[in-house]
Amino acid sequence: MLSIKNLHASVEDKEILKGINLEIKAGEVHAIMGPNGSGKSTLSAVIAGNENYEVTEGSVELEGEDLAELAPEERAHKGVFLSFQYPVEIPGVSVTNFMKTAINEHRKANGKEEMPANEMLKLIREKSELLEIDRKFLSRSLNEGFSGGEKKRNEIFQMAMLEPKIAILDETDSGLDIDALRIVANGVNKLKNDENAVLVITHYQRLLDYIVPDFVHVLMDGKIVKSGGKELALELEERGYDWIKSELN
Amino acid sequence: MAKYTEDDLKVELETKEYEYGFYTELDSETFPVGLNEDIVRAISLKKGEPEWMTNWRLDAFRSWQEMIEPEWANVHYEKPDFQAISYYSAPKKADPNKTLDDVDPELLAMYKKLGISVDEQKKMNNVAIDIVVDSVSVATTFKKTLAEKGIIFMSISEAIKEHPELVKKYIGSVVPPKDNFYAALNSAVFSDGSFCYIPKGVHCPMELSTYFRINQAGTGQFERTLVIADEGSYVSYLEGCTAPSRDENQLHAAVVELIALDDAEIKYSTVQNWFPGNKEGKGGVYNFVTKRGLCEKNAKISWTQVETGSAITWKYPSCVLKGDNSIGEFYSIAVTNNHQQADTGTKMIHLGKNTKSTIISKGISAGKSQNSYRGLVQISSRAENARNFSQCDSLLMGNNCGAHTFPYIESKNTSAKIEHEATTSKIGEDQVFYCNQRGIPTEKAIALIVNGFSKEVLNKLPMEFAVEAQKLLEISLEGSVG
Repeated sequence: MLSIKNLHASVEDKEILKGINLEIKAGEVHAIMGPNGSGKSTLSAVIAGNENYEVTEGSVELEGEDLAELAPEERAHKGVFLSFQYPVEIPGVSVTNFMKTAINEHRKANGKEEMPANEMLKLIREKSELLEIDRKFLSRSLNEGFSGGEKKRNEIFQMAMLEPKIAILDETDSGLDIDALRIVANGVNKLKNDENAVLVITHYQRLLDYIVPDFVHVLMDGKIVKSGGKELALELEERGYDWIKSELN
Repeated sequence: MAKYTEDDLKVELETKEYEYGFYTELDSETFPVGLNEDIVRAISLKKGEPEWMTNWRLDAFRSWQEMIEPEWANVHYEKPDFQAISYYSAPKKADPNKTLDDVDPELLAMYKKLGISVDEQKKMNNVAIDIVVDSVSVATTFKKTLAEKGIIFMSISEAIKEHPELVKKYIGSVVPPKDNFYAALNSAVFSDGSFCYIPKGVHCPMELSTYFRINQAGTGQFERTLVIADEGSYVSYLEGCTAPSRDENQLHAAVVELIALDDAEIKYSTVQNWFPGNKEGKGGVYNFVTKRGLCEKNAKISWTQVETGSAITWKYPSCVLKGDNSIGEFYSIAVTNNHQQADTGTKMIHLGKNTKSTIISKGISAGKSQNSYRGLVQISSRAENARNFSQCDSLLMGNNCGAHTFPYIESKNTSAKIEHEATTSKIGEDQVFYCNQRGIPTEKAIALIVNGFSKEVLNKLPMEFAVEAQKLLEISLEGSVG
């Protein structure tokens, strides 16, 4: 599904990612953990095609296709979805209107007609029920005045609507209380199937109690320094990151 | 991956052209350039006006000669040479007694280009349209349907002849000929425009619309619009404006007067898309407009404007809230791009008791443009319990444009409540990236953000024009964010 090879990326000439290798297959859940400043968010931004980051070496492929030349929206059309750590506000644009625009742009890119209104309504109803979202919420301006939990739930709602191949959840657990965390995680679990994949980027282990990863990778100083199964997350929770550092030295 | 830079955006912006910049070869009669009493008389004669009108014009002209051009607005331009302009130009085939079938086929072709095919308009329900090209009104649809309700909708030239009692009573009653430099000029040389009268208690069943078009080079356009809503009546009125792209600046100085008698309501919406000049700031229309409405008891006037065109905009649609309990509203979206300059806003003059006014102004600046909101809220000593709410929001794109707000508040009554809110924001790269990540390309993302920003005002426009206005916003701002 997603194949990252020797990925180097920098921002303002400062190298952040220093050779990342990662293979994610359909149906898998991967978690990337690491201390602050290790490059976790940079990795998600680079996969999504954020132009503030320059890829200096290596490649990111989605189902065998190199993403390097593709604009962020083109990557989205191919099935890359990023759940933002800090979703932005767009005043005056309702969640529904935003989703309608996004879905129709996806359809246009894939040579399809715009989605008829009744079909759109049905889809919105179905997905909002799945994620226990109050319909009133959908008429509010995108992220404007949303609580931390609402913002993250809205991200997962968008993911449900767009049905991406690879969903990257960047620090989705930050700012969530335990109830909100459970709802968001349940949503992700419901959306997961054999044909898509999830990459969870997190600082803490607690989200992984709910979204159980098949693989856990430790990112330090721009490199994946250790990989393992879900038990690695527990070990990190217990022992912190220092022991890995010393293991490396 | 190739980075989408400011330079790319600039290239894109440069390739975008003003959609309405065509010129139609029409056989026109144009007066020689220059302005003096003889020209004023000639205009009046040409239009077969009665003597009182000729004298009214001459009085205005004499006042104008004594006046000086205002300089207080936050706009910078080379002043027009008023002696280098022709004050009358008319497509020759326009006949005051025309029906649509008699209209010059070239004119009809021009309307089609403008996207307002008159044939379509004829069939379309609920919009009656008057079209003014250069100086004269060439087509008024639905006259008959409206007449059945007693509604008068015709060119002002016709109204001067057919309803002199109404014109005489109301023309200049809200905007006196000596009101300001441009209003005086307009009063002297106005060539045509629309006239509308809604009788007592009549709810006008359709939108009334005027389309203004400057076609001929080196001419000024000075329309005069007069809308009278008699007691308890209602009308919704829309004007649209376009002009060809030309290197030299064209002058447009209109006067619009609205009169809402007791319990009447007038909604006046404008979509202004005069040629804004090219990317270097050459050419474009100078739009110096005086618009004012008078509200009698319990009356209401709403001005809604979407201003995307003109090199210079100087325009303050205002409400004189004379009657008790009257209401004035001003909803505005002003977009400036490249070298455009806009100084626009409103005046709310509270004279009556319990009068209310609302001002919502949305300014969007891009390129090297300057966008100013200038508004006056004045509460007179006898205006007990007057209320005003003003909100002025500015949205900036890029680092070379400016947004300015000049609110003036004068209150002579301690019971007044006046609120003013203002915000300035910038379209952020992070907002655009967020949209991109959801599959929405940058251009579309900007349109979405701008439409969201302008939503409160767009919602005030009649449905069919709201769609047009949205498209216009998109076109005006294409490729303007870095």
